[in-house]
Amino acid sequence: MSAVPASAAPGAPTLEVRNLRTHFLTRAGVVKAVDDVSFTVRSGKVLGLVGESGSGKSVTGFSILGLVDPPGRIVGGQILFKGQDLATLSEEAMRKLRGNRIAMIFQDPMMTLNPVLRIDTQMIETVLAHARVSREEARQRARDALGQVGIASPDERLRSYPHQFSGGMRQRVAIAIALLHKPDVIVADEPTTALDVTIQGQILAEAQKLCAQTGTALVWITHDLSVVAGLADDIAVMYAGKVVENGPVEQVLDAPLHPYTLGLIGSVPSRNRRGEPLRQIPGMTPSMLNLPAGCAFRARCPRAEARCAEPPPFAEYRPGRFARCIHPHEEAVAA
Amino acid sequence: MSAVLEAPRAAAQGSVPIIELRGVSKRFSNPLDFAGRLVKRLGVKVREDVVHAVDGVDLSVRKGEVVGLVGESGCGKSTLGRMVAGIMPPSDGQVVWRGQDLTKLSGADAKRAKLRTQMIFQDPYASLNPRLKVAEIVGEAPQYHGLVPRGGLEAYVDDQLRRAGLDPSLKRRYPHQFSGGQRQRIGIARALAVQPDFLVCDEAVAALDVSIQAQILNLFMKLRRELDLTYLFISHDLGVVEHLSDRVVIMYLGRVVEEAPSEEVFARPNHPYTRALLAEVPRIEARKRVFAGVQGEIPSPLNPPSGCHFHPRCPFAFDRCRAERPALKQVAPGHRSACHLNDAA
Amino acid sequence: MSTTTAGAPPAAVPPAARVETPFRRFVSEFAASRLALFGLVLFCIIVLVAVLAPWIAPQNPYDLAQLDIMDGRLEPGSVGGSGITYWLGTDDQGRDMLSGIMYGLRISLTVGAGSAILACLVGASLGMLAAYAGGRTDSLIMRLVDLQLSFPAILAALMILAFLGKGILNVVIALVVVEWAYYARTVRGSALVERRREYIEAAQCLALPTHRIIFRHLLPNCLPPLIVVGTMQVARAIALEATLSFLGLGVPITEPSLGLLIANGYEYMLSGKYWISFYPGIALLVTIVSINLVGDQLRDVLNPRLKK
Repeated sequence: MSAVPASAAPGAPTLEVRNLRTHFLTRAGVVKAVDDVSFTVRSGKVLGLVGESGSGKSVTGFSILGLVDPPGRIVGGQILFKGQDLATLSEEAMRKLRGNRIAMIFQDPMMTLNPVLRIDTQMIETVLAHARVSREEARQRARDALGQVGIASPDERLRSYPHQFSGGMRQRVAIAIALLHKPDVIVADEPTTALDVTIQGQILAEAQKLCAQTGTALVWITHDLSVVAGLADDIAVMYAGKVVENGPVEQVLDAPLHPYTLGLIGSVPSRNRRGEPLRQIPGMTPSMLNLPAGCAFRARCPRAEARCAEPPPFAEYRPGRFARCIHPHEEAVAA
Repeated sequence: MSAVLEAPRAAAQGSVPIIELRGVSKRFSNPLDFAGRLVKRLGVKVREDVVHAVDGVDLSVRKGEVVGLVGESGCGKSTLGRMVAGIMPPSDGQVVWRGQDLTKLSGADAKRAKLRTQMIFQDPYASLNPRLKVAEIVGEAPQYHGLVPRGGLEAYVDDQLRRAGLDPSLKRRYPHQFSGGQRQRIGIARALAVQPDFLVCDEAVAALDVSIQAQILNLFMKLRRELDLTYLFISHDLGVVEHLSDRVVIMYLGRVVEEAPSEEVFARPNHPYTRALLAEVPRIEARKRVFAGVQGEIPSPLNPPSGCHFHPRCPFAFDRCRAERPALKQVAPGHRSACHLNDAA
Repeated sequence: MSTTTAGAPPAAVPPAARVETPFRRFVSEFAASRLALFGLVLFCIIVLVAVLAPWIAPQNPYDLAQLDIMDGRLEPGSVGGSGITYWLGTDDQGRDMLSGIMYGLRISLTVGAGSAILACLVGASLGMLAAYAGGRTDSLIMRLVDLQLSFPAILAALMILAFLGKGILNVVIALVVVEWAYYARTVRGSALVERRREYIEAAQCLALPTHRIIFRHLLPNCLPPLIVVGTMQVARAIALEATLSFLGLGVPITEPSLGLLIANGYEYMLSGKYWISFYPGIALLVTIVSINLVGDQLRDVLNPRLKK
């Protein structure tokens, strides 16, 4: 079994995922949606979990929250939240943590919001679910949370229904609900993908402020490397259910070790190479039902060789820099 | 008539634009139903909802040029693209195709004009008829329009698929058996099969994964070289537009707010909206930056602000912006912007 | 380092290399439900029995020469004067119930399927016209649909039959009149959705003529909901026909459908001669349930909203 990244900085990490495996037992076979994923997030820091569709990044997020529905289930690994393993926790104990100490923000805010209830009803109920406070105090907390995410005139907004908000506003309300109990960890699954650029900027600004002020550890799941570049402290790149590379964001983006990371960076249109062909990755994402043995990327990898048919170890090539590749890149990317 | 723009690359080419929009508007209204008309007659105030999706746009695209059309949701860029492609008639104004008014063309001329402009769509899942095989999807139009000789269809379809980067042996399959990127290639093959010289790409890579997006963008650039294509590339993604386009047009709530050659727009944005947009685009080169966010919401196109549509969110807005619609005026050679600040300066 | 071990089934078998057509996919998805498959088999048996009735029925209930009035109202399992065993008993005229049900099924299924097909043709054409033409045509057709749907079907059918008189053809006409609206509404709804899909815009971009877009691109994609509604409506038509016949306004007495058989035995129910009504009732029930089982599964398989 592969190595676990050791804590480099002092102080225990808020969330540590170790060798997580979440499989879906379908009629057509076992889909190893998450297969050996490890990363750590510290208080007040942002981890960008990057991958393309089907890479298992969202399932990783759902696994942390204990929200994987059958036929999927966690079949191995640990999810250590302040030292407590969430993977072995009972459903009842998990429910107490969820929405309280650990919260999730979805791509579609309507996953969080109930369309037929007023915002105040939903927020107050969320407060009362985990805290023994009066209704008035719960309302006060809801008001504070809305203010915290930059919603003007929160009292008026509290009396509205979700459909009266724009997409960006709804996402803010969803974030405010996630913030109600000042959670230690927030898992955000593509929260700005459906939003326009100027609105995305607002949400990213809120997320940054939030981590700095409250010390919440944030897992930001996205397909967009550019967002992660601006927002995250650390980055974990996923491919076909596995983390293929992780490390501090500057180091990973400037000097990627894994050929997939390099290809992904080359695929992003950049102002420095206007009009030139993009450095594309050939081929397409393999079907999760029929993953080849060994390195799943080798069919698309320009460096693939016979040795790649063996599963590569997730090894530390430089301090704090892990990659799942037997011949990692050495040189930095010419930006 | 709109001023002719001196895009550096386009200026060398022919003088008649491939397509020219003159004061084009598109309104969508929800006409009152019977009950609505009845209560209106009884004196109840009911209003017909009218959306000005596109509001008085001038735009010209020259042969060989790639024009990027950028804007956020509700800015009318997709509607504009459909009017350019001839599948949606404008409510006002003219769409002029090689010097001829598209709405006045008839019969064979209209059909030829329509075929020369093709569209690539956003959703690779909705843009292919799920009940037809790939060979039928690509081959239907060329066969119907008699673009291929009898018996030559098979080989013709194979060529189209190969050119779009698909294995012709897969042509007996149905769309659901392909990935998003492959479906987009099928859509491209379908468009190219009627031998167009102008492609309108409506968010053609927005639904694709980054690595697949790069493949499709590279394909667009290769096809441009090989077939001497002209593009109107509609996207919300400034990075993609910057990468491909010779000239960029920026829209906000149905109006063009700025247009200029690519280098110029990204180096010297003039309109406050353009500047805000550029500031907010996440870039892979920018690490651990501080996001600020443009204040305010995007207004509803049902009820747009008066004067300059951007004034409620603009940090520089003054009285005139609230009252008067700014005209698109030249601020530098080939660079036009619709902002009252340019008059003040 | 797994804390739990999964009872992992063997690795997935790669799918067969043959081309997967939408039809094949549909068949395999349909067969996923055992209950629906059971319903389909049952329905096929019923259809087979109805079609083959003249050859497999013990008696021709329309042939008065074969009937013996002395055998009237015999219990199930009795042996008649001519040596024939009446497995399901006889009615008051000495008709074998089993044969009566087999022949009755013929009438019920013909009327049900015939009216459903006709109503589908009428309704689908009008619905497609409404969706494509829009404006006044659309309003006119849809108000007519609303009117039709707001009127109790049985009442409308009764009125039509009172006007036209009895007869199989008249029953079919009445059923078409009360059922076309369902098809029209279904087709219009799905056509309006499909019309806005990008593949229709692409077809317009390719300068294909309108009739080709409607029949080659639009209509085939509107069929799935139509099939679902059609299946359910066949069951409804059979039930409606039985009701009409039971009330004495449906098929003529010389060609008894299941509904008429039930009506014939109704008066004997309380005197203990249950079988005259009971067995035709069971046959009607099984027919309708089998169709509905198939229809339910069709709806699950063909409904795009239940898929990703």
